[in-house]
Amino acid sequence: MSADFLNLLEVAINGLMAGVLYSLVALGFVLIFKASGVFNYAQGVMALFAAQTLVGIQTGQVPFAHLINAIFGTEVHYFGWNVPALLAILFTVLVMILFAWIVVKVILVRLVGQEPIILFMATIGLAYFMEGFGDMMWNSEVKRLDVGIPSGGSFWIEDVTVQWAAEGERYFGMYVDVLDIWATVIAVALVASLAAFAQYTKPGRAMRAVADDPTAALSVGISLNKIWIMVWSLAGFVAIVAGIMWGAKSGVQFSLSLIALKALPVLMLGGFTSISGAIVGGLIIGVGEKLFEYLIGVPFLGGATENWFAYVLALIFLVFRPQGLFGEKIIERV
Amino acid sequence: MKLKKLATVSVAAIMAASPVMADLVFPSLSYRTGAYAAGGIPFADGYADYFTLLNQRDGGIGGVPTRVIECETAYNTEKGVECYESTKGEGALVYQPLSTGITYQLIPKATADGIPIHSMGYGRTSAANGDVFSNVFNYPGNYWHAASGIINYLLDENNGDLNGKNIALVYHNSAYGKEPIRTLEELSAKHGFNLTLLAVDHPGQEQKSQWLQIRRERPDNVIMWGWGVMNPTAINEAINIRYPMEDFIGVWWSGSENDVVAAGAGADGYKAITFHNVGSDFPVFDDIQQYVVEAGLAAGAGDQIGTVLYNRGLYAAMLAAEAAKTAQEIHGVADITAAMMRDGMEALEISEEKMAALGMPNFGPAFTVTCENHGGPGLGAIQQWDAESQTWSLITDFMEPDMDVIQPLIDADSAAFAAENNIEPQC
Repeated sequence: MSADFLNLLEVAINGLMAGVLYSLVALGFVLIFKASGVFNYAQGVMALFAAQTLVGIQTGQVPFAHLINAIFGTEVHYFGWNVPALLAILFTVLVMILFAWIVVKVILVRLVGQEPIILFMATIGLAYFMEGFGDMMWNSEVKRLDVGIPSGGSFWIEDVTVQWAAEGERYFGMYVDVLDIWATVIAVALVASLAAFAQYTKPGRAMRAVADDPTAALSVGISLNKIWIMVWSLAGFVAIVAGIMWGAKSGVQFSLSLIALKALPVLMLGGFTSISGAIVGGLIIGVGEKLFEYLIGVPFLGGATENWFAYVLALIFLVFRPQGLFGEKIIERV
Repeated sequence: MKLKKLATVSVAAIMAASPVMADLVFPSLSYRTGAYAAGGIPFADGYADYFTLLNQRDGGIGGVPTRVIECETAYNTEKGVECYESTKGEGALVYQPLSTGITYQLIPKATADGIPIHSMGYGRTSAANGDVFSNVFNYPGNYWHAASGIINYLLDENNGDLNGKNIALVYHNSAYGKEPIRTLEELSAKHGFNLTLLAVDHPGQEQKSQWLQIRRERPDNVIMWGWGVMNPTAINEAINIRYPMEDFIGVWWSGSENDVVAAGAGADGYKAITFHNVGSDFPVFDDIQQYVVEAGLAAGAGDQIGTVLYNRGLYAAMLAAEAAKTAQEIHGVADITAAMMRDGMEALEISEEKMAALGMPNFGPAFTVTCENHGGPGLGAIQQWDAESQTWSLITDFMEPDMDVIQPLIDADSAAFAAENNIEPQC
């Protein structure tokens, strides 16, 4: 095979891998939107907060150390212990469940029956509150996140694929990041678990019932509060996974919250109510933007086309399918 | 008793008759919140701590206490302008806008108000031409100095010959990131190296395409012009594709602890150009410990001391304080105005003896500012990261840039600005 073709293949595969990471972020949005009709603006900040909490627990950081030191004149920063990664993830899950409980009890319950735009505004407020709260709790330094997932190009894939190139071609083997492979495996497992949970478990069916018709669900005794807490906890768990994957790439820092920007075109394309839409949408956006950058962006437009092209791609799909690829078509009768 | 009363009244009368000594006000347009807080906090801490040190140890500058007014910009240009407007009436002597975007907005405003701006290592590069930009200073170095300094270092590394070498520039796709392109293109033509430009979209968390291209083309060196999350992401991607860290050099805004710590051991050997020294092995840090930290007066959490960006803030404050001293000497008054401060900045002389006396020997290059040259000599040194000890160290002396290439660019850009704004030469 020619090196050009193999390079194109490499770009497409890496696009698919990037798409999986976009899907992970989009999943959190879809879960909450499906169950409560809320577009959760705070999803990106949840990923940041989850990653900050994970690193904080793992490294034995004292929460609110700056505040404690300022008030009591102490100099405490670390407890002096390190928590194993899996245990730290477990504690972080508990923190995110507590967070979900607080959000539902303090905000959502009081806004039942309000217009979706009011709920959306509430999540904007929540996002900004959490940004500051997270910084105050864990400080705003850039932190290293290491839960033991390997990263870097796979030597095995490189060695195998380098032989595919025709003789005389300048080709160094195909690059696939091991972290991306892990992300793909985890995302597939996550989606399969979520689908099985929604399909085969009682709380999962209750969640779907609330998503279909909240009033009817209430009338048969399903607790809206419990379902919301469950869904926000699930979204919190997805945020942890997204936070780990993105945090491992660029460190845990404020910009982690901006990964939500990568999820928006995925949601536009895949629809706000479909888990499979989030996955397929992510893959299309990932491959589309990477191929466009490689074939047109760099040679003709000076590069850096990925951000805006993702939205162009999503808009093109929207023109033909306003509800997204897998979204439900909403018909409101007058 | 009567005598004591008389003495008290006399002292009160003398004090009332004497001119009131106001504070010397140094506004700090800081960003402790938002996307770039990790970079803004150490700089703001360093800037504030140095003035606290001067107040506590020396009683201020020339006997007049200093006052730092901190205003939060969140690295947002609009907020930066609001901060300027809300603090200039406090008797502000000099502004460090700490953002290229804010600097561009403040140039006409501050010039009209007669308040000097010190955009140290950022902002409008051609402001180095003091003939046109009377109130703007960007000593001791600017972006074009940095680009040339990096190429000079690579020339040294390659026995003075870069002919046929391939150099890639990975840059933030913004006005800031594009600053070095023209200079590097000129230097590419002069030295015969091939330049590849790789733009990264804001904020820079997704760089897979750029690093796949680097992996395919295998340039001899990669130069980075990034900020914020773009830096650690790029270093991480470079590690992933096994690009040698020794061949990877960043500008001074891509060379702090924030950029390398997240990448772990793989970042070992990464380099960046700098215009000031690194670490805390200077006598001034003993004074900061004694008069600031132990007195409970440290800015922020007091946990940034000795980091690259803390040192940059400290250095900026030292240069501002020395300019204020110069202004006091020129005008013979301790309570200086912004206009006098401008004169002090224009006559600033930083010598090795002066830095040593301040407890900062070889902390930065020795330089002199003149009416024509507000940019200083643009000397830059290369710093390298040691992942094991988690420290930066200088691996070169402060080196001269190629002014034969840079000066015509500064002259052309500033002349265009002067023509657009009908500015008469001031020198």
